[in-house]
Amino acid sequence: MQQQDLILGNKTMTSEQTHAETVAAPGRAGDRIFRRLTAFFALSILAILLLMIWQMTRESLPSITAFGGKFLTGSEWDAVQEEFGALPFLFGSVISSVLAILLATPLSVATALLITEIVPHRLGSAIASLVELLAAIPSVIYGLWGVLVMAPWLQRSVQPWLVDHFGFLPFFEGAPYGVSMMAGVLILAVMIVPIITAISREVLLAVPRSQREAAVALGATRWEAIRIAVLPYGKSGILGAVILGLGRAIGETMAVTMVIGNTPQISWSLLSPAYTMPSVIANEFAETTAKIHTAALMEIGLILLAVTLLINILARLLIWSVTKGQKQGAA
Amino acid sequence: MNAKVSLENMSVHFGGNHAVKSVNLDFPANSVTAIIGPSGCGKSTLLRSINRMHDLVPTARVSGRITLDGKDIYGAGVDPVSIRRTIGMVFQKPNPFPAMSIHDNVVAGYKLNNTLKRSEADEIVESSLRRVALWDEVKDRLKSSAMDLSGGQQQRLCIARTIAVQPEVILMDEPCSALDPIATLKIEELVEELKEQYTVIIVTHNMQQAARVSDSTAFMYMGEMVESGPTKKIFTNPEMKQTEDYITGRFG
Amino acid sequence: MKSLTFRHLTNGVVTLLMVLATLAVLTPLGLIFLHILKMGLSSISLDFFTQIPKPTGESGGGMANGLFGSGLLILMASIIGLPVGVLGAVYLTEFGSGKLATAIRFSADVLAGVPSIITGMVAYSLIVVPMKGFSALAGAVALSLIMIPIVLRTTEEQLKMVPGTLREASLALGVPLWRTSLKVMLVSAAKGVVTGILLSIARVAGETAPLLFTALGNQFWSKKLTEPIAALPLQIFNFAIAPYEDWHKLAWAGALVLVCIMFALNLGARMMGKTQRLN
Repeated sequence: MQQQDLILGNKTMTSEQTHAETVAAPGRAGDRIFRRLTAFFALSILAILLLMIWQMTRESLPSITAFGGKFLTGSEWDAVQEEFGALPFLFGSVISSVLAILLATPLSVATALLITEIVPHRLGSAIASLVELLAAIPSVIYGLWGVLVMAPWLQRSVQPWLVDHFGFLPFFEGAPYGVSMMAGVLILAVMIVPIITAISREVLLAVPRSQREAAVALGATRWEAIRIAVLPYGKSGILGAVILGLGRAIGETMAVTMVIGNTPQISWSLLSPAYTMPSVIANEFAETTAKIHTAALMEIGLILLAVTLLINILARLLIWSVTKGQKQGAA
Repeated sequence: MNAKVSLENMSVHFGGNHAVKSVNLDFPANSVTAIIGPSGCGKSTLLRSINRMHDLVPTARVSGRITLDGKDIYGAGVDPVSIRRTIGMVFQKPNPFPAMSIHDNVVAGYKLNNTLKRSEADEIVESSLRRVALWDEVKDRLKSSAMDLSGGQQQRLCIARTIAVQPEVILMDEPCSALDPIATLKIEELVEELKEQYTVIIVTHNMQQAARVSDSTAFMYMGEMVESGPTKKIFTNPEMKQTEDYITGRFG
Repeated sequence: MKSLTFRHLTNGVVTLLMVLATLAVLTPLGLIFLHILKMGLSSISLDFFTQIPKPTGESGGGMANGLFGSGLLILMASIIGLPVGVLGAVYLTEFGSGKLATAIRFSADVLAGVPSIITGMVAYSLIVVPMKGFSALAGAVALSLIMIPIVLRTTEEQLKMVPGTLREASLALGVPLWRTSLKVMLVSAAKGVVTGILLSIARVAGETAPLLFTALGNQFWSKKLTEPIAALPLQIFNFAIAPYEDWHKLAWAGALVLVCIMFALNLGARMMGKTQRLN
C-alpha cells in the first residue's frame, strides 16, 4: 500500500502502469472508492471463512470443556443423561466415506479415461455433460431414491443373498434391514462418482498431447500410453479429485441420513444401521432442549468443519500444483 | 541405392482437407533425407504418416502406399504398434516423461517390449545415452527427474529413448526448432552419426540445417512434392523454379 | 521379449473394463432419472402447484407453499449473496494479482467445499439464536453463504474471458477505471455473469441440510421473513422419510419438479455460456 502511495504522487501515465496504480491517480476519487468497495466484498470471503471457524469453536466450547477428550473416545450418546461421546458418528463417517471412495475411485477414473482417451471426442463430451448434469442433482433426491427404491431392493434381494452365502463373515452378519451402512456407502459412491469423474477428466484433458505421442511413437498400445504417459502426468491431479470426493462424502448429509439407519453403534457388519456426523446433526439439532446437547452437536460440526477444511486445502493444493506444473511441463 | 522407405502415390486427407497430395518419394537406407518447405506445406503430415501417427486422429485418412523394406505398412494385418517400434520418432518439442527419472525415460519404450533385468537396463541406458553424447553429462544423476535437464539435453534424451527401442528408421519432426544454436549444433552432429546405423528422415524449416545434415532433400509446397534429389543438387542447381525461389528466400 | 499379442490382449481387456466401469457409473444414475420420471409423472397434478400439504392420512394436497418458500429463500439469498460474489469477482479481475487475491481465491475454493450443513449451523448461531426463533431470514443467510464462493469464482472466470483490449480502449479514452470496469467489463461479460448466477442458484435451489434448522419448514403458508417457512427440498425430505404412501407420491412429484428446475437452470447457464464464448 505504501509503495503505491509513493508511486502515485507525481508521475504521468505510462503504458507500464498497472491498473492498481491507475486507480490511485489523483483526481480519481471514484476509482479509489471503487477499489475499496470491491476489495471489501472480496475480503468478506476471508471474513466468512474465519467467522465460520470462530462461531463453530465458540458454540462448541461448553461441550469441549465438559467432555474434553472423552468426547472423541466415548460411545454413549444420551441426551437425557447428558452423556455425549461421538465415537459412533466418527466411526460411521470414516467407514462410509472411505468405503465409498474405494468403490467410486476406480469407476470414476476408468470412466474419465474412457471418455478422454478411448472414445471419439464427441461421444466423450456427451457422456461428460451427462455426468456433469447428474452431479447437479440435489442430495435430497438421491436420498429419496435411496430410501424408497434402493434400500427396499437391498433388503429384498441383495442382503438376504449375502447373508445366505457370506453370513459367516463378520461384514455380512445380522438381519437384512435395507437401511444400513451398505446403503449409505452405495448412495455415497453414486453421488461422488460424478465429481471425481468430472475433475479427473479435466486433469486428463490437461495432459499435453505430446506426452501421448511420445508413448505411442515408442510403440505403446493405447493402454500402455495411458499407463506410462497419461496417468503419471495426471496422478496428483487425480489424487486431488479423489480427496475432494472424500471431502464431499464426509460432509454429505441428506442422502446418507435417509438411508444409513441412524443408529449410534459401532458394528463391522455392512448390514447394520449406522450413523454419521452430519446425520446426527441433521436429525437432532433443531430439537435440542439442553444447551449442552446443542454444544455437543456444534462440536461434531466443528470436527466436521476441521476435517473438511483440511481435506479441501490438501485437494486444492494438489490440483493447483498440477495446473501450474502443466504450463512448465508442456514447454 | 535401395530404398528403406518409399512412398507411392501417397495422399493424406483430414476430413475434406487434402493435406498431402499424391507424393512419390524414396528414402535410401543409412542416409539422412531432409524434407523442407514453408510452414503448412504438409511436411510434418507426411512424416507422421510414415509411422502411422495419424491413426490417433479420427478424421485423418492415408491413401496410396507406404512401404518399409518393400512391405506396405498400411496393409491388412499390419500392426501399427510394431511399425512404430521399427520406425521411431523425435518431436518438435522435447517431450520426456516428467514423472520419470532420466534412467526410466531411456528404457520407457524398451520396457514395453521386454521384461528386463536391472543389469540389462543399466547397460541399455548407458549405451543409448553414450550414443547421443549425453552419458558424461548425466551419469551421476540418472535417478533425478528428466525435467532437470536443459532443453537440448531433453531432446537428446528423447533421441536416446527412441534408439533404445532399436528402431531401423528415425523420423525427426523439426527436432531443433525449440532449441538454442549450441544445442542445435549438437543435435545436428548427432544426426550425422545416426545415419551409420539408421535411416533418418528429418523435417525442417531451416534450409541451412537441411544443407548441413542431409544427403538428399525433398522440397514440398502446398501439399505437393515439388522436387527431390541429392542435397547438393537441390541447393545449387534446382530444376524447378519454385524450389529455387524458396531456397533463395524469395518466399516462405 | 513380451509378446505383441499379449500386449494387445491386455489393451483390449483394460478397454473392456473401462467400458464396464462407465456402464456401472451410468446405470444407477439412469435408474434414478427413470424412477423420478416414472413416479413423478404418475404423482404430479395441478394440485401440486396450487395446494398445500394435507394433514397426515388425507390424500391429495400439493407443495405450493414449498415452491413459494423456495422462491422467496432464493430471492433473499441472491439479494444478500450476489453483490458480494459479483463485486468480489470484479476485485479479483481488476486487482487480483497479489498474494491477498490468491488467498481470497483459495478461501473461496475451500469455502465451496465446506459441508452445507455447517453453513446451516453458522446461520443458526448468527440469526436464529439472537432472534430467538427459526426464520426465513436465517434460511436465506445460510443459502447465501453457499452462494457467495460459487458466484465469485464463476463470475471471475467469465470476466477473465473479456478481451483486455476492450478495457484498454476504454481506459485510453479517459474513462475512469471504475466506470470502465463496471460498464465495459460487466456489460460485455453480462451473459457470463448471468451464467454464474444461474449456476449458483441451481446449486442452492436443491439444498436441504442448511435449511433444517434455519428456515425449518412449515406445513402452512407463511410470508413473514421472521417466521419458519416451507421449502421444496425440505418437504421432499420430510415426505420421503414419512411412512405414508400418499406422502411418498408427493415427494416424487416434488423431486420431478426440483430436477426440472435444476436442469432448466443448468441448461440456461450452459446456453448463456456458449453464446458468451461465440461473441
